[in-house]
Amino acid sequence: MTLDLKLDAPDEANRADDLVQGVLGHENERPDGLSKAIGAATYAAEPRPDGLLHGFLVRAPGIGAVSCSNANSVREMEGVRLVLRDPRMIRNAAQGAANEAPVQGVDRAEYVGQPVALVVADSFEQARHAAQALEVEVETDDAPVDPEAVTAEKPDGRQTAQGDLDAARRDAAHVLDRTYTTSSMVSAAMEPHAATAEWDGTRLVLRGSLQMLKYNRNELADSLGIAPENVRILAPYVGGGFGSKLGISAECVAAALAAIELGRPIRVVQHRRQVFEMNTRRSETRQRIRLAADRQGRLTALEHEALVSNLPDETFAEPVLQGSHFAYAAPNRALRMHVARIHRPAAGSVRAPGEAVGVTAFEVAMDELAVATGIDPVELRLRNIPDKDPEAGIPFSSHRLKAALSEGARRFGWADRPSPPRQRREGEWWIGTGMAAAFRVNAIMEAQARILLTGDRAVVETDMTDIGTGSYAIFQQIAAELLGLPLERVKVRLGDTELPPGSGSGGSFGAASTGTAVWMAGMDLRRQIARALACDEADLTLKDGTIIRGNTRRSLAEAFDGTVLTGDGHVQPGDAQQKVRQATFGAHFAEVAVSDVTGEIRMRRMHGSFAAGRILNPRTARSQCHGGMIWGIGMALTEAVTHDRRDGHMVNRDFAEYHLPVNADVPPLDVHFIEERDPWAGPLQAKGIGELGICGAGAAILNAVHHACGARLRDFPATPDRVLAALV
Amino acid sequence: MKPFDYVRPGERSSAHEAARDGGRYVAGGTNLIDLMKLEVMTPDTLVDISRLDLDGIETVDGGLRIGATLTNSDLAADPRVRRDYPVLARALLAGASGQLRNKATTGGNLLQRTRCPYFYDTDTNCNKRTPGSGCAAIGGETRNHAVLGASEHCIALHPSDMAVALRALDATVEVEGPDGAPREIALPDLYRLPGATPHIETSLAPGDLITAVRLPAPSGDRQVYRKVRDRASYAFALLSVGAVLRMENGRIAQAALAFGGLAPQPWRDREVEALLTAETPSDALFEKAGEVLLAKADPPPGAAFKLPLTKRVLKAVLTEATQ
Repeated sequence: MTLDLKLDAPDEANRADDLVQGVLGHENERPDGLSKAIGAATYAAEPRPDGLLHGFLVRAPGIGAVSCSNANSVREMEGVRLVLRDPRMIRNAAQGAANEAPVQGVDRAEYVGQPVALVVADSFEQARHAAQALEVEVETDDAPVDPEAVTAEKPDGRQTAQGDLDAARRDAAHVLDRTYTTSSMVSAAMEPHAATAEWDGTRLVLRGSLQMLKYNRNELADSLGIAPENVRILAPYVGGGFGSKLGISAECVAAALAAIELGRPIRVVQHRRQVFEMNTRRSETRQRIRLAADRQGRLTALEHEALVSNLPDETFAEPVLQGSHFAYAAPNRALRMHVARIHRPAAGSVRAPGEAVGVTAFEVAMDELAVATGIDPVELRLRNIPDKDPEAGIPFSSHRLKAALSEGARRFGWADRPSPPRQRREGEWWIGTGMAAAFRVNAIMEAQARILLTGDRAVVETDMTDIGTGSYAIFQQIAAELLGLPLERVKVRLGDTELPPGSGSGGSFGAASTGTAVWMAGMDLRRQIARALACDEADLTLKDGTIIRGNTRRSLAEAFDGTVLTGDGHVQPGDAQQKVRQATFGAHFAEVAVSDVTGEIRMRRMHGSFAAGRILNPRTARSQCHGGMIWGIGMALTEAVTHDRRDGHMVNRDFAEYHLPVNADVPPLDVHFIEERDPWAGPLQAKGIGELGICGAGAAILNAVHHACGARLRDFPATPDRVLAALV
Repeated sequence: MKPFDYVRPGERSSAHEAARDGGRYVAGGTNLIDLMKLEVMTPDTLVDISRLDLDGIETVDGGLRIGATLTNSDLAADPRVRRDYPVLARALLAGASGQLRNKATTGGNLLQRTRCPYFYDTDTNCNKRTPGSGCAAIGGETRNHAVLGASEHCIALHPSDMAVALRALDATVEVEGPDGAPREIALPDLYRLPGATPHIETSLAPGDLITAVRLPAPSGDRQVYRKVRDRASYAFALLSVGAVLRMENGRIAQAALAFGGLAPQPWRDREVEALLTAETPSDALFEKAGEVLLAKADPPPGAAFKLPLTKRVLKAVLTEATQ
C-alpha cells in the first residue's frame, strides 16, 4: 500500500524535528562525491557497449528550406555508416514537462543552428569530419530575428490590471518610469548534452543527460513513434542542467533513430557550440517598470511590462512577471507580457525562469526609487512587504522576507554605509555597496519513491535525478532519519525510469517534492514496523538500527529476520496553492569596485540571507546559493549571447567568448539561512532553494555599482563599454 | 577535424623538409588544434617541433634570447624577465589561463590567429579563411574588432598579449628558412596588415621556422602592461597597452607604446612616441597622445567605445609610468 499525501492543508505535526537519528538538516557529505571526484561515476557518454558507433549532429547554416546535395558522397567517406535525415528528428530541445514530442522535422530550418542531420561513423573523429563535409543548403528566408522589429503578441492570460494607475500616479509623491534590458543567456552546464542509445529490436535503452525522466521517456517515445513502455532512460549522474535538460534534446532522438536503423549502440554528444544553439536559451527581455509611491515610500502603483521572444510555435514565454505578482504591496497594479515571434534559437527555462531576470530588473527599479525618495533601500523594502498576496488576497503560507532583510543587513554590515553614491575611493576604484530582495515562487510536483528495508539496511529508489544538486545526499538523510539508520546503511538509486517516478529536477521543486515522497515511503515503513510490533507509529523510536519502545530495545535486523519491507510514498499537489501564496524569500548584499578609468567592475564580497523552509543539508543548500549568486554575477556583469543582427545566429557560442564568471571574478560569498518551518510545505517543511540565490543577486551588484560611482546601468550585463558610457 | 599526418622530427633539417611539403608546425597547439577541430585550418601534416631543443632562454649581448618553444608559463616566471622586462611578464600572465600558458609557446603565441567569431564559423564568409568570399564581420557584430589598420576586406584583431609587450620592447624574431639559412625579422616586419589579402598574415614563407625571439636591453625602466577585458581572467583584450619609458630630469626621455585590441597586429605609432619624447608629463600631453594615436581610427559600429576607452587608459598608463 502506497502512503499518499495530497497537499491540501497545513501539516503542523512537525515530526521531522522529533526524530532522533540526527542526520536530517546536518552538513553531510554527498555519498556520490567520491565517485565523481575519482571519475568512477559514469555520465551519459561514458559507457562503451560493444559495437558502439558515434554520431555527430549537423547544423543548419541559415533559415529556410534545407537540402543536403552531397549526402551520398558523405555516406561513402571512410568509416561512415549512416547519414540520417529523419522527419522524427527534433528541431530543438523539448520544453520542461512537455511530456510529448517537441517540434520535429529537418526539411526546414527555423533558426540558424538547428540540427538537420546526423552522421554516424565508426569513430568520433570520422563522424565529426564527415558531418563537417556534409553540405547543407538553405534557401534563405527573410525571417525576423530582432524582437524589437516585429509586432509582439499580447497573450490574453498574461495581462492583469487592478485599480486606477493614472490616478495613483497623479497623486503620488514620487513616480519612476524606467526601461531595462537583459540579454539572451544560456545554461552552459559543464557536461554537454549527450546520449548513448541501444536498441534490441523492441526496446530502447538510452543513457542521457536529462533532468526529468518520467516526462523525457514520453517525449522520446512520442518522437520515435514507439510505446513508452519500450523506452528506458538511465541518467544516474548529470553534469548540470539548469533547465537546458528539462526536456529531451536533439541528440536523444537522433541517437535512438540511428540505433534503431543500424541495430548498433550509438553515442551522440553535442559539441559545445551545438550546446549553445540546439537547446533552449533564456530569452532576452525588455522590461518597462513604472512605480508610484507616497512620501513614506509606500508603493501606490506598480506596473511591470515585459517583452520576450521565442520561435513562432513554442508555447514557452519567459515568465518575467512571476515575482512581481506577489513581491510588493501596491493597490494599483498592472502586469503585461508581450511575446515577439522571431527566429533566434528556441527560448525556454534557464535557472529560475522569470524571477532571474524579472526580480533583477525590478530590484534595480526599487533601488532607483530608494534614491529618489531618500529612503534606505532596506527600509524601502521593509515598508512594502505585503501582509497578504496583493492580487489574490490569500495569505502567505509563510513570509520571512523581513527576517532575511534585517539579518542580511546586520551580517553584511549595511548600517555603516554612507547613503549618497561616490563616497569611497581607493586609487582609481570607486567602492560601493548595494542590496536587493530575492523572491521565487515555490511549487511542489507529483512524485513517488520507494524504500526497501532489509534488516538495518535500506535502499531508496526513484527515477529522480541528481543534476549536481545533492539529491543523493538528502534522500539518504531523509530515509536514515525516519528509519533510524546510520547514513552508510542507506543507499540511494536514482535516474532510472524503471524506478518509481519522482518529480524530476527543475523549478527548485526536486528536493521538497521527491524528498516528501521519500519521507512518505519512510513513514510507510515506520507504520509497517509499528504494526508488526502492535504499537502506534508515533510511539516508535528508531535509532542506529534499533527499535526503542519504553524500556525495550531490539535491533531491526533481529525483529524482521531478513524479510524485505517495502515502503512506498507518493505526494501530489492539492488545494494548498489556491488557499495560500507560497514562496521563498531572501536578501542579497554586494560590494563592488568600479574602475574610473576603464569601467571594469570587480566584485569584493557578497552576502545572501535566504528563507526556504527547512534546510535539509546546509552544505548542499549553501552550494546551491553560491551557484545562484555566481549566476547573478554573470547576469549583472558578463553573460550575454550576441545574436547576429542579420540572421539571429549565436555569434559567441563558446566558453572563450560567452563570459561566465571564472574563479577570479567571484569574491568571498557568505550565505546565511533564515530558520523557517512552513507547514504548507508538507511534513518535511522544506521549500525550493536551487533558484532563489540567483533571483535579485545581479540587482544587488548593479545597485552597488550605482552606489560606487553614480552610474546607473539599465542594460545588462554591465560590460566596461556600457559602464564607461554611463560614467562619462 | 580532417585526418592528418603527424611527424615529430628530432632535427631541424627534417622539420624544414616536412614543412616544405605542406606540413604545418605545431608546438603547444593551444590555438591550432582548436581551429583544426572546427576545420577552420585543415593541414595535411603536423610537424611537431617540441623535440627540436628550442626551449632555452639565455642572456645575449645585454638582452635575452628566448627559445621559440619555451612555454609562456616558463617565460613569465624567468627571473631575468621578471626583473628587466616586467611588461612582458605581466602581459604573459594577463593572457589565457594557467593551463593554456603551460602549453602555449613563444613562437606559437606570436602566430596565433584572430579570435574574430566569424573567422571561427565556417558557415559564414571570411576572407581570411576563404580569400574572396567576403567578410561577415562587416555589418555584423563588431564589438571586438579593429579600429586601426583594418581594411574593407577584414576587420579582425590580433589577439596576443605577449606580442604587445614584445612590440614595446623592440623584439626581433629569429627565423630559419627551409634551406637552414637564419635571418632576423623585426617584429613589425613579421606582421602584415590585411589590405586586400587578409589571409596572408605574416612575412613568413612556407617552411620558415621561428627559432627564437631576441630582446635588446630594455630601453626604459618604467614598464607597465594594462589590459582591459570583460572579466577578471581568461578573456581577450578589449584594449591593452604595453609601455616602456625612461625618464630624465622629470622629462620623458624615451617612450615605447604598443597597443593590443585595436588593430590586426600589435600596434605602435612613432608619431605618438615622438610627441611624448622630451616633454614634461601632463594630462594635456597624454590627452594629446591619445588624439594623435586615434586620429586615423575608423571603428566599426560596435567598437566605437574603444576610442574613449583607449584615451582614458593611455592617460592612466602614462601617468603611472611617469610618476
